Amino acid sequence: MSQTIDPTTVGTQDAAVDLAALDAARERLATDDAVLRMSATEAEERSGYQPPTDEGMGERMIMNMGPQHPSTHGVLRLVLELDGEEITRSRPVIGYLHTGMEKTGEQLTYLQGPTNVTRMDYAAPLFNELVFSMATEELLGIEVPERAQWIRTLMCEVNRISSHMLFMATNGMDLGAVSMMLYGWREREELLRFLEAVTGLRMNHNYIRPGGVAADLPDGWAEHLDSILDVLPERLEEFDTLMTGQPIWRERLQGVGVITAEEALSLAATGPLLRSTGYAWDLRRDMPYLCYDQLDFDVVVGSYGDSFDRYSIRLAEIRESIRIVRQCMDKMPPGDYRIQDKKVTPPPRARIDESMEALIHHFKIFTEGFKVPEGEVYVAVENPRGELGCYLVSDGSSHPVRMHIRAPSFVNLQTLPHLMKDSLIADTVAIVSSVDPIMGDVDR
Amino acid sequence: MSADGAVDRGADQVGDPGAGPADEPTLHGVPVTTSCGQEVLHPSRDGYRGLVEELRSQGYWVAVDLCGVDLLGTSGRRGLPASVEPERFEVVVNLLDHRQRRRTRLRVQVPESDPVVDSLFDVHPGLEASERETHDLLGIAFRGHPDLSRILLPDDWVGHPLRKDEDIGRIPVQFKLGADQAARS
Repeated sequence: MSQTIDPTTVGTQDAAVDLAALDAARERLATDDAVLRMSATEAEERSGYQPPTDEGMGERMIMNMGPQHPSTHGVLRLVLELDGEEITRSRPVIGYLHTGMEKTGEQLTYLQGPTNVTRMDYAAPLFNELVFSMATEELLGIEVPERAQWIRTLMCEVNRISSHMLFMATNGMDLGAVSMMLYGWREREELLRFLEAVTGLRMNHNYIRPGGVAADLPDGWAEHLDSILDVLPERLEEFDTLMTGQPIWRERLQGVGVITAEEALSLAATGPLLRSTGYAWDLRRDMPYLCYDQLDFDVVVGSYGDSFDRYSIRLAEIRESIRIVRQCMDKMPPGDYRIQDKKVTPPPRARIDESMEALIHHFKIFTEGFKVPEGEVYVAVENPRGELGCYLVSDGSSHPVRMHIRAPSFVNLQTLPHLMKDSLIADTVAIVSSVDPIMGDVDR
Repeated sequence: MSADGAVDRGADQVGDPGAGPADEPTLHGVPVTTSCGQEVLHPSRDGYRGLVEELRSQGYWVAVDLCGVDLLGTSGRRGLPASVEPERFEVVVNLLDHRQRRRTRLRVQVPESDPVVDSLFDVHPGLEASERETHDLLGIAFRGHPDLSRILLPDDWVGHPLRKDEDIGRIPVQFKLGADQAARS
């Protein structure tokens, strides 16, 4: 094969993934009998004791965990088939938070789109807006100004830290390190305060829009961010003291929920879940978008593919993101924060007062929206949970014909039955937590 | 196109012009087009599963995403090559080649009268949930799928909400209702 890129930079260092290993993993996934093939209704009716079957299967218990369970991060329901304390088969049941956002996206104009998609992955809303905006811009064939690119990079990385902080908090709480919840929440709140100062909202920002961002960075943003970034490293040291080195913490996570690189690839798992296996794949480095090709950062990988690796990777990714944010602050260029293309950009507020045409233009853009050329496009970005993709189909009108979001949480959830196979029921919480699903993203 | 699957990525010379009918460019034996600079393959419903299997052996290890599209009410060719007949539904699969850092996309035309395609579960187990979702929301069946049940909607739900002819329904809002009545009277 004509390799344009050194193959040693992708995959594991010691044992590179090849097709034979992938085939073996696919075979293993097909035969490990980890997925409980039972409808949600049937699981409800049959929950409880299961007598031995004629085929020689012993006594089993079917248990429904969730959807109202504090450690399922919202409304995830797990149907577990138990043999004593061990999970033999399981199945995640989802849809409790389904609100038809892809259908809603078809009713909204491209300008209104970000208000809808931002509510999907509510822990990392800026990435949803980013991927939708990038897809729209691809269809329009426009390029946003440099400063807007840098602002987007900066804001997304701040959002990545806040999202990983949420993971740190909930992961700690799920495993009994309740004080961790308070620390994680405290740090996250400081970051959200910065996001609020820039975008006006703590969550669901609608800040990144087709054509650029909604507003320029406010005065004093750098000092505000500096004050947060200055204290974060020492707070992370505290996390290390509290969790990373703790024997109880390690006992709970090491060797729990193990997956191999080939299995993760076969199941299309992405993000920290894939990287925990030692397979270095990060869209920011491998298929760069925004300004990531001008930034210096490392892709953090694990080596065992267990819950502990997934925890450590996220902790290390916070440090990497701090590095990225610092570089963005240094390199932030002057210029426009949105494209000056009359087709997609409303006129400046001051112009509306003095020009009838500007008023009409403004009115048209916000009522009818702008028309997007016919075509279809798939754009993907690396969100804190993996590959977040947006597939947009346009028929030339101001509303998309189809707006599909490839949600990393939704896809990653398929690994759960395989991660939980033959593990103890007490580890379920640790495993679900380490996959870090956001139910808004799963159900959309 | 060389034998090992490496292709010239130039926009005008994708694949092997002259091999298909009416001098249509083809790649991996199926018509190929580009959309916004992205490579799109148009396999037939019968050849679709085989093509995904072949692409997997050529390095497209990861099936990133599968979704369905309902194109009821859209007119025109929708960017399809001349030899592909537009149908109401499309199943769209996004594949990713990690080694060469490239993507490709498959668009399969699925007729309204027989909305069935082969399941890719045997080739890429990671598409199981996506196929269930497409079945749930668009009513496209996947032949050979191990568990084609509803995934996002309740088991007893009737209909497929992402279809264009599905009624969206509305919750009455107090003031809107008042405005409607005022307009009628």
